[in-house]
Order: sequence, then structure tokens, then C-alpha cells
Amino acid sequence: MTTITINGNQQQIDADPNMPLLWVIRDLLGLTGTKYGCGVAQCGACVVHLNGDAVRSCVTRLSRAEGQQIVTIEGLSKNNDHPVQLAWNEESVPQCGYCHSGQIMSAAVLLRENSNPSDADIDAAMAGNICRCGTYQRIRKAIRLAAELQRKEGTNK
Amino acid sequence: MNRPMKEGTNYDLPIRAFAVTGILLTAIGIMASGLHSSDKNETAPASPVYEIKRDSITSLKAFKQVYKVLMSPRCMNCHPSGDIPLQGEDSHLHTMSPQRGSDGKGVYAMKCSNCHQPTNTPGLHTPPGNPNWHLPPADMKMVFQGRTPRQLAEQLIDPKRNGNKDIKKLIAHADDGLVLAAWNPGEGRNLPPLSHADFKRAWITWLTTGAYAPK
Repeated sequence: MTTITINGNQQQIDADPNMPLLWVIRDLLGLTGTKYGCGVAQCGACVVHLNGDAVRSCVTRLSRAEGQQIVTIEGLSKNNDHPVQLAWNEESVPQCGYCHSGQIMSAAVLLRENSNPSDADIDAAMAGNICRCGTYQRIRKAIRLAAELQRKEGTNK
Repeated sequence: MNRPMKEGTNYDLPIRAFAVTGILLTAIGIMASGLHSSDKNETAPASPVYEIKRDSITSLKAFKQVYKVLMSPRCMNCHPSGDIPLQGEDSHLHTMSPQRGSDGKGVYAMKCSNCHQPTNTPGLHTPPGNPNWHLPPADMKMVFQGRTPRQLAEQLIDPKRNGNKDIKKLIAHADDGLVLAAWNPGEGRNLPPLSHADFKRAWITWLTTGAYAPK
């Protein structure tokens, strides 16, 4: 039995400690906002926060998450009102939407560490999140807006 | 009459001690050379105390081996000349362009450990793992890529460019966890051209024979 805290709730997981965290999140806990993309840490669709870091859950074993704090897209904010989520909505960023929970989770880490990112900072932070619809320009625009919203709110989520 | 005897006794003690130590050291030396190599200059001493015996020929010969390993993808890929690590047997820029960051551990959502787990991920072309995966930090880049043998040799023994390491620390670094990871690279990746034992022997030989830099 492995104990993890996911979106603030402690969970006992009865699974092989080598199971990818992504399977635990999706198949065992039913939190399907996090997506499976490539399975080899190449695309970023499965990004979740592990103690605040934007880890790729497809290659992160359950054992690494033991006793740690996990946040998925479902737990990023209580009312889908994290500045990144608000900006994503405002800019209508997604096209098919498949990669966007990963994109948003990565962007949230960027804005937590840098409240006023330059385009170079955005590129550096987001280079590991692939969007096959090519929404990159809107992603960049939304991150700039999210930074602005965050500064206005004075929050630092 | 007693006096000379006393004096004699006093002098004899250190002589005996030296003689015994000498015999022991010789015995250890013979055992060590038997374990490693017929060439006494290529022998790693059994004790962690290393004596420097300057020998340019042996030193340069050893460095040739050291250079081959350090310039192999398993070592050089994480000692790039730029701020993006390298990948693969052809040492191309790491896909998705992760950046060094000030501490060498990446930036924002692109930290090394976000993909590189504490152990290798199973399967071909999956991220190799180590609990301490990182590049050298931004203020001490320790670049291997593009260095000539002479440049690399000079850099390796310069504390201002080698991470403030003296010879003792350099020797210990051969057993660093991330250095050892080169010999456990994950599926589908070539090993360095020497075994770790042979590399370590060449490394110590190079350092203990004067760490000569090739011309």
C-alpha cells in the first residue's frame, strides 16, 4: 500500500510501486484530466505537480510519489480560476484541447517562479509541451495575460 | 656505559619503525601492482593516500585513455559547450531544448528531474535516470565539448575550472554517482569506450604521474 496526497486528499494506493503515476491518477483515482500522450516523457501531456515540480507522470513511478504532494489539473484551483486557467479561457487557447492540462500545469510552475516572464522565459519553460494543433502563439499570449492577472490579484499560486 | 646503550636504543626505534613500514609498503605495492597491471606506473594504490611520481610518458599515455572516455557521449553529453545538454551517440542538442539554469538542474517546468527519474526508465529511448541528474552549474560549466586533449587536461586540474577540486577530490570524483551512471546508461545507449575500472585506473595514473597535458 502506498500513501500519496493528491489534490489535498490523502489516498491509499494498492498497486505495484513501479506503476506509472499517470495510471494511478487516471485509472485508479479516476482523475482523467491528465492525459496520456507519448508514454516516454517526450510530449508533456501528462504533466502534474509533484511537490510543486512539473513532473511527467507517465515516467514517474508511484514509489517516487509516496508521501509526497501531487496536484493534477483538477486540483490546480478550487473554481477553475487559477490565473493561467482564466487566461486560457480568455484567449481561447485550446483547439483540440488534448495537451492543455499539461500546458497549463507547466505554465503554472513558470508563473510561480517568475511573475513577469519574457518570451524567452516562456519558450524555455514551455519547450517540453508539444501541441499538435500548433496553438503556441496563443499559449504565449495567454501566459502573458496570466502573468498580468496574477500581478493584479497579487496572488502567487 | 648505560648512556650509549640508551642513545642506541633511542635511535634504533625509528630505524626499526622505518624498516617495518618500508617492508609493509613494499608488500602492499607488490600486491597492488599484481592486482592491476604489470606497469607499476599504471597501478592504483590500495590506500587512499596517493603519491605523486612525475612521469610524463606514463601520464600522457594514461590521459589518452581518459580523454577517450570523457569525450564519449556518455560523459560529454552533459558537459556541453552551450546551455542545452546533448543527446544520443551523435551528441545532438537535447530535444525540447532543456536549459542548464543557474544550478545546472534546469529551469521552471523544464527541470532535469521532471523527466529523469532516480533510476533508468525501462524501454528504448526513454529517459536515463539518476537521483542527482544535472549539468554543471552556470558559474562552473566544466565544458568537455570541443576541447582539445591539451585544453581538457589543463581544465581538469585547474580548481578554478574543475569545481574547486584538488587531486584528492578529483580522484574521488571517479566514483561519483553521476560519473558511474555513464556505465549504466539505459537501454539502447553505448557504454564509454573503457570499463569503469580501466577508466579509473587511467584517471588515477594520469593524476598521480603529474597530470601532464598533451602538446
